Parts: sequence; C-alpha cells; structure tokens
Amino acid sequence: MGRALAVIIWIITIASVVLFLSKKWWFPPAISDHAPALDRQFMITIIIVGITFTAAQIGLGWMVWKYRDTVSGRATYSHGSNRLEVIWTIVTAVVFVTLAVMGQSVWASLRLNEAPAGAYQVGVLAQQFQWNFHYPGQDNVFGRTDPTLIDDSALNFIGLDETDPNSRDDAVTAALAIPVNRPVELRLRAKDVIHSFWVPPLRFKQDLVPGMEIKVHFTANQVGKYELACAELCGQLHFKMKSYMLVLPTEEHQALTALPQEQFLTRMQELLAKYQLPQY
Amino acid sequence: MSGEIHEGVHRHPAPTSFIRKYIFSLDHKVIGIQYILLALAAVLVGMIMSLLMRMNLSWPGTNWPILGTLFPGGAPNGVMNPEFYLSLVTMHGTIMVFFVLTTAPQGGFGNYFLPIQIGAEDMAFPVLNMLSFWVTFVGFIVILAAIFFSGAESTVGPIGGWTGYAPLSALGAIAGPGQGMGMNLWIISIAIFCVGSLLGALNFITTLLNMRTRGMSLMRMPLTCWAWFTTAVLALLSFPVLLGGGILLLLDRLAGTSFFIPSGLYVSGVLTGTNPNFPLHTGGSPILWQHLFWFFGHPEVYIAILPGMGATSHVLATFARKPVFGYRAMVFAIFAIGLLGFFVWGHHMFISGMSPYSAVAFSILTLAIGVPSAVKTFNWIGTLWGGRIRFTSAMLFAIGFVSLFVAGGISGLILGQSSLDLPVHDTYIVTGHFHLVMGVASIFGMFAATYFWFPKMFGRMLDERMGQIHFWITFIGVYAIFIPFHVMGLVGMPRRFSSFDEYEFLNSLDPLVLLASVAAIVTIAVQFLFYFNLVWSIFKGKRASDNPWEATTLEWTTATPPPHDNFAGILPTVYRGPYEFAVPGAPNDFVMQTEAEAEVASGNGHERHRH
Amino acid sequence: MATSVTGTKPVPQRVGGGGPGFPGPNGKGPRGNGWKGRKGPRRLSPAAYRITMWVVLAAIVMMFAALSSAYIILSSGEQWQPVRMPRMFILSTGIILGSSFVLEFAKRSLKQGRSSHSLRLLSVTLLLGLSFIACQLMGWRELASQGVYFASHPHSSFFYFFTGVHGVHLLGGIAGLGYLLLRMRLRLQLNPERTEITAQLVSLYWHTMDALWIWLFLLLLIWK
Repeated sequence: MGRALAVIIWIITIASVVLFLSKKWWFPPAISDHAPALDRQFMITIIIVGITFTAAQIGLGWMVWKYRDTVSGRATYSHGSNRLEVIWTIVTAVVFVTLAVMGQSVWASLRLNEAPAGAYQVGVLAQQFQWNFHYPGQDNVFGRTDPTLIDDSALNFIGLDETDPNSRDDAVTAALAIPVNRPVELRLRAKDVIHSFWVPPLRFKQDLVPGMEIKVHFTANQVGKYELACAELCGQLHFKMKSYMLVLPTEEHQALTALPQEQFLTRMQELLAKYQLPQY
Repeated sequence: MSGEIHEGVHRHPAPTSFIRKYIFSLDHKVIGIQYILLALAAVLVGMIMSLLMRMNLSWPGTNWPILGTLFPGGAPNGVMNPEFYLSLVTMHGTIMVFFVLTTAPQGGFGNYFLPIQIGAEDMAFPVLNMLSFWVTFVGFIVILAAIFFSGAESTVGPIGGWTGYAPLSALGAIAGPGQGMGMNLWIISIAIFCVGSLLGALNFITTLLNMRTRGMSLMRMPLTCWAWFTTAVLALLSFPVLLGGGILLLLDRLAGTSFFIPSGLYVSGVLTGTNPNFPLHTGGSPILWQHLFWFFGHPEVYIAILPGMGATSHVLATFARKPVFGYRAMVFAIFAIGLLGFFVWGHHMFISGMSPYSAVAFSILTLAIGVPSAVKTFNWIGTLWGGRIRFTSAMLFAIGFVSLFVAGGISGLILGQSSLDLPVHDTYIVTGHFHLVMGVASIFGMFAATYFWFPKMFGRMLDERMGQIHFWITFIGVYAIFIPFHVMGLVGMPRRFSSFDEYEFLNSLDPLVLLASVAAIVTIAVQFLFYFNLVWSIFKGKRASDNPWEATTLEWTTATPPPHDNFAGILPTVYRGPYEFAVPGAPNDFVMQTEAEAEVASGNGHERHRH
Repeated sequence: MATSVTGTKPVPQRVGGGGPGFPGPNGKGPRGNGWKGRKGPRRLSPAAYRITMWVVLAAIVMMFAALSSAYIILSSGEQWQPVRMPRMFILSTGIILGSSFVLEFAKRSLKQGRSSHSLRLLSVTLLLGLSFIACQLMGWRELASQGVYFASHPHSSFFYFFTGVHGVHLLGGIAGLGYLLLRMRLRLQLNPERTEITAQLVSLYWHTMDALWIWLFLLLLIWK
C-alpha cells in the first residue's frame, strides 16, 4: 500500500512536471517591452515552484515507501529538532521574500512610474458588453465627455460633447489601434460595472472601475492583431465582451489617426480584416 | 503551564424526548453531527452544480431534458444559457466555501471533539451552540431559496461569483439578470451565516480557555485543538467585517445609498437618477467592497484549511506511530498563519485599481505567509520519517492532504507576486490554486477526520475497502482535474466564462477541458461510494472498540460512542502530551494522555529520546 | 493492503476517564452518575464569563472598525459633502458619558452591599440609556429638517448608519441592564456573586458602547 502510494505520488509529480516542461500549453509569445523581465521573473519563480513541488512530493513518497510498518520494532521517538526548524524556516523565508522583492521591479516599472512623455493616449470606456475606445485625433486633445450626454440608442456610447471643438477630430470605435514601439497610455474608465482589460500576449491586465480613471501604460513591440477579452465578471455576456487590439506600423497608425471621424471606422474595419490573429 | 482547576458547566440532565435528543439538542456531539449532516447536504448540492458547469463547458448546446423541466428559465429547451451557468458559478462557490468548508471542519468536527479532547463535558454555552447551528441552517435555507426566487427574469439564482463585486451586485435588477431578488437573498443568507459563525466562535474560544481538564495545559493539547482555537479567533475577527460590508451592500440595493456606487453611471441604457429603477447615486467606491470582502475573505480561506491541517497532524502521528515532529513549531506556524492572514488581503486586488504601492507591501507579506505553511509541510514529512506507517483510509487521506496542500499552495508563489499576477489574475490558474488548497486539500482533511473519528462517533468502523477505493480514485481524480486548470490559466483561460468558443487563443485547450470534465465526472461519482459507506456502516459496520486505532488523546479514553456528558461523571486527568507514541520503555507503542508516569517508564527512561 | 490496527498488544479499555481523575460532584468513584445528588449546578468561573464578554466585544469592535474604515476611505471621494453635526448628538454624548459614571457608582455600591442604593443608580443608568436613544432619534430629525437624509450621499448615510447600528447595540446593553434590574428587584435566588458577575459584564458592555460612541462621534465631528 505504501509503495503503491509512493509510486502514484511520484507518477503524478512527474506527469505534472512534464506537462509544464513540455511547454505545449504556455503563455503566448509576448509582444510588449516589459514582457522579457516579467517572463524572466516568471521562469525563476516557476523553477523554484517546480523544485519545491518535486522535492516535497518525492520526500513525501520516500517517507511513505520507506517507513511502512512492515518493519518490526517501534518508530523513532522524536519530538523534532529545533535546529532543523530554525534552518528550514530561515531558508524558506529567504527564498520566498527574495523572490517577492525581485518581482517588485517589474511591477514598479509598470505601475509606480507615469507613462513616458510623448506616449500615445487612448481613452477606454468599458460597458456591458462592449469596449469603447476614444481616440483624440490629430490635435491630441480629448473632446469633453459627460455621463449625462451618453445615449446608447443614439450610438453616443461615451457621452461625447459634440459642441466641444476638440471633439471634432475624435473617433470612437470598438477596437483598439495603437502604434508599435511607442509607449501607449490607456485612460481606463467604466460606465456601469467593473470590467478588465486583458490581452494575453501583452502580459498585461487592468480592471476598469466605475468612478475612477485609471491610467496605465505599456509598449507593444510586435505588429499584428490580438484578441482582447474582459477579465472581470460583468454580467451574463461577460464571455462575449470581445474585441481586438491592433498594433500598427508607425506610418499606418499615423495615417489612421489623421483620418476624419467618418472614415476612421471604415479604415478600422479594413485593418481588422487585413491583419490576422497569431497562429499558436 | 499547569492545567487549571476547572468547573464543569453541565447543568442539564441527559435529554429523553426525540426532539431534545436529536433536533434541538444542547449536546455538542449532536450539534457537531448536525453540522456535518448540513455539510454533507451542501456538498452534494455544490458537487451537482460543478457537474452541471463542466457539462456546459465541455458539451455546450446539449439538450438536458431534466434541466429544461426543472429550470425552464435557465435552461430553455434543456440548453443552459449563460445566466444559468453564471448563477451556478456563484452558488457553487458560496455554498462550498460557507456551507461546507466553514461548517464541517469547525462546527462539525470541532464541536464534536474539542470538548472531549480537552476533557470537558460540553461546550461552555450549550444553548448558544445549538443556536449557532440552527442559525446556520436557516442561512442554508435562504441560500437555497435564492436559486428559486430570482424573479421573472431568465436566470436561476444570483450572478456575481461568490465574491459579489460591486457595483454589479449593488445596482439591483437594472444591471441585468441575476441581480434581482436572488442577490438580496444571497446577501441575507451570508449575513445570517455570519451571525451563526460568530456564535460558534464565541463558544470555541471560551471553552478552550476555561474548560480544560486538570493537567491539560495549552502545550499538551492536540494540534486539532490549536487549529480549532485559531480558526475561531480568525472567524471572530473577520466575519464582523463581512457582516458590515454585507449590510452596506444591502442598503445600496434597497435603501438607495451609495456606499459602493459612484456617480455618473449609465446602466442598461439608463442614466443614474433618471428612472425609478435606478435612483441617483453619488460618491461610492466599488473598491471599498473589495477591501471589506477580502479583509474577511482571506482569513476565511485559512478558516477553511486550518482544521484540516490540525486533523492531518493528528492522523499522521497516530498512524505513523510517532509524535508529531516539531509540536511547538506547529503551534507557532498555526499562529503565524492566522496572524499574517489578516495582512495579505490585497493580493486579491493587485489590479483592482488600488494603490500600486500597497500592492508591493501585500506582495511581500503574501510570500512571507508561505513560510509557516512550508514549515508545517516539513514537519508533516518529519512526522512520517522513522515511522511505522499503518495505511488506513484515514491515513491515506492525511498523506493525500500533504501532497495536495503542497501542489495547491505552491502556485501561491506565482499568484502572490504582483507583477506575475498581471498575466494570471482572473484566469484558471487562480481557480486551480484555490480548488487544490480549499476544495481538495481541505476536504481531504475532512475525509481523514471522518474515517478517523467515525468509529468513536457511531460505534462502528467504516468499511476499509470502500475507503481505499474512495481514496485512490479521488486522489488521482482531483489531480487530473486541477493540474490541467493551471495549464489552462497559463494559456489565458479567463474565469467565469460560460463558453470559450469566442476566442481563438483558447482553442488549443479543448483536450484539457475535456480531461478535466471527465475526471470531474469520475471523481464526483466515487463520492457516492463515500456516502454509501457512511450510511451502510452506521448500520452494518464492524463494531468499534473504544480505541480501535490505539490512539492517545482523550476521546479514545472514553466509551464508544461517548456518553452524554462525555466522561460518565469522571473528568480525566492529563499527565502527558498528546502524541506519545513509541515511547522507549513503555509496554505499548502508545501512551495515552491519561497515563500517569508510574505506569510507563521502566529502567531505560528516555535514552532514545531525540529533540 | 490495509494493516490491521486493532489487536496488537491487549490494551485495557478504559471507560469514563483513565487513571485517577478527580471524582464526580457526588463524590462517587469511577462511573458515577454525574447528575444525581449533586450539591448545586456547576458553572463557569467569573473569569470565563468576563473572557466571553471581551470576545463578544472584540467582534463588535471589529465591525465598527470595518465601518469606520469604510467611512475614512469614502471621505476622500470627490462627492463627499460636509454635514453639520446635529446638536442633539452633542447632548447624547454627554448623556452616555454620564451614564457610564452612574453605572460605575452603581457597581461600587453593589460591591459595598448597598443593594437598594445600587438599584436606584442602575435605574438611573437605564433611564439615561433610553434618553440617549431618544436624543439620537431627535438628532435624526434634526438632520432631516436640514434636508440631509439617509440616502442623500455617503457622508449623510454614515451619520444615520453609525448612530443606528450603535443604537441597536446599545439596546442590547439596555436589555442587559433591564435583566440585572429585574433579577435584583425580584430577588430571584441570586447569590451576591452572581449579581456581581452580571453587573460586571453589563458594565463592561456598557462602557464599551460608551467608548464606541465617543469614537464615532469624534470621527463624524473631526474627520470631514
């Protein structure tokens, strides 16, 4: 019984480790500037996770194999070892806390610093169950928005004030188009409930909270079209709150943002058809 | 610390009528069994819900006629709609976390065995004890009612996850299906549950501090008692916060307040304040709900697991025939987990919009709490080292606990780091993590406790062969379900999606999803063998002696099952610690706590005694 | 396969406590029936009851701590509006402070054995408690007359909510006072020790409710 248990534990351990080592199912290839540091931290962590997991399961299995009661005589009468307790407490604490502290530099670079100057800004307003991206246009100034002006049935999803001159070159679409290799600042807001902006290859996620404007920044470094999902339960169609993030070459993006409102949407549709999703 | 002289509290004679004996009983043993029965019913409901969820995910669009008949709103033509799925998610989580994991380990086994293990005749306040169960029971009825009283819309039950984030949960019916009466009932049920838990926590703390028998010093208590005590303190300090938050949420929904609802919202085509269905709201903070909820929620998960840890330590020592390795360290670890557990709630909120600076602090503290858990794991392995292991069903589940706790806990190293949380938050890595630790390890602790204590409670042994089958299939099955969950999360599978068909990047996961569903079906199926074993053994099980496991703690010194006042009028005196196995020079390989010095040592004394 | 665990060496199966336990209350030896002929109901020590009361108060304080945190967090919001402290609340604060003093004197009298004096002071405490509740309700009316209602905005909601929840808990203290008074009045076989314990518990609860109100009052007054 003990041997069978040990063997099963070891088989499960090996199967799990192989499953992860094979990387058959893994993070998608990253497309952001902060991803290498994050992936590096992740690798270090998962290696420690793997070693700890394996060591503990092997140790457990070993004890279960070796110390079955088929041997005669009594067990070892030991209440433990204070020295061992101190040693393994310190070692574990050092490893875990070091890991935590190391991981803070990636976090700090993303969240404790403002977006670099010259970042491309896009306003995001999430609602049940669609995304609204607000582009400031050539003047780089967002037109005034006001919740009292919102009218979904008239397709003014973000409450854009048409009388504000800055709104004239603004565009609002359901998909996100950003330039490659240039910092992007998203100004995240929500209209009704909490949503969450999630593009897996970007290694990036942020909740959009009603009543708050949350500014986040990242830099995408791969041209392409990527799926965008909502990552916070927002109602029954949460699973369908889908959109796309287009990362465009600089010229193409500039051309897009130079377009007047009416042509902006059409061009977006063309671009969405032009670029394909990555094949994994 | 020497034991205190204590006075018993048993002022009522043994009851005679059926109602007083089995329904409104003041006997902690009966109340413990009532909690366990409640948990058994709740876990059945919860498991069926998870089965339905897996069916929807792996075989979407299938017509299940029975569902169509029972829930025409949630499954028109027998096909589950997204609202139905999401309310299953909500109710499964709520029922499992509250009515299974916060009842059986503490209110069930704790109620039954804490007084006996410390040598008391009953809990300090038997009437409060009875009340705590019945209040919890009412809470269960209300949560079940939430399924069927959601109103006219097409959903079944409230939608919000067990976490009920505002403003979705605060806005009321205007926010969509599942936000109506069912949500009100959900909040009320949880509030009722808070009260029941608090009453229970009161009892545990007073009983343990004041009613230990002579010689039962704190450091001679079994680790189960330490676990129950710490759990009670956690409950005492965390449930009031949930109660406060829940009342605020209910007020937002019913009284038009704005604790969690900010101004300027536009919901389902309606601007705040322009419609009687959506009064004017201003000034609230959705993140406040998360703070209040998780300040409770994190200690809650330790409430769910600590008793299982205690039971595991207890069972491992008993069947390894060895003292627990590092008893003192285990006690400190339990304290550390309990204390640190109050300072890490922010790791559920790294990307919630809260201050990124606090995320740094929460992250470091969260990884620090991994240290006492690791220490406990080392000590469990140390308990097995040098042992003479007897592989009873209870022991199998206890060993399984250690394996599963490691597997589930270790992903905490990833989730606890704020930067690594960015890709994995709200994915199936989180779901895999908490299912392995809470939904599986914790339950294994309960299984171990059941197989261990069933003989004492009912005077009969559970069938060993059924127990072994139960263990093997469950152990392998849960790994087959939840390790794939971690992988799914790596690819990016989000939580609480009723369908994965919308996204290309999830297509590669179909085989894993199927594997998890099939494993879930098999694992759930074998639990019915466990139910059968329980019922069958009560009537047909082999009769149990007073101490069939040759264990050392006080419950094994008394009759099987124990008499009404636990010790037939003579309270035991304790002379030694709880895990005196393999004592050199003793006639048997175990020495009970009540054995006085003279009956044990002869000649050699403690020469093989290692510290 | 499964190892047999019953029957290695024969172990004497003990029932009803092993070894020399201390005898049951009727003085009989092992297996004595604990119920018949005992001298009096066995009860928890006073210390146990006091610990229980501290535990209850810890839970209540935690809830108010959570609500206070909610108040502080929401106060940083943009839509936070000032609310003028109703004068009734200043009066009620004085009343509850005074009631604590009276209660202390009542306890002291009780200890000195001057039970009728103590009874009078306890009644005064009870009346002061009821006056406190009345003042709180009038404070609500003062707020309403200024157009500040429960759901007006978070700040106003807290004014009503804090006072309401605190008032409900104080009613519990009033009930406890009433219970104590009733038993002393009816002289129901209460031994002096029991009365004193009950008085201690009630006063512990009462003083905490007092302190809690002071805290809430100051929070509402100072933290704008």
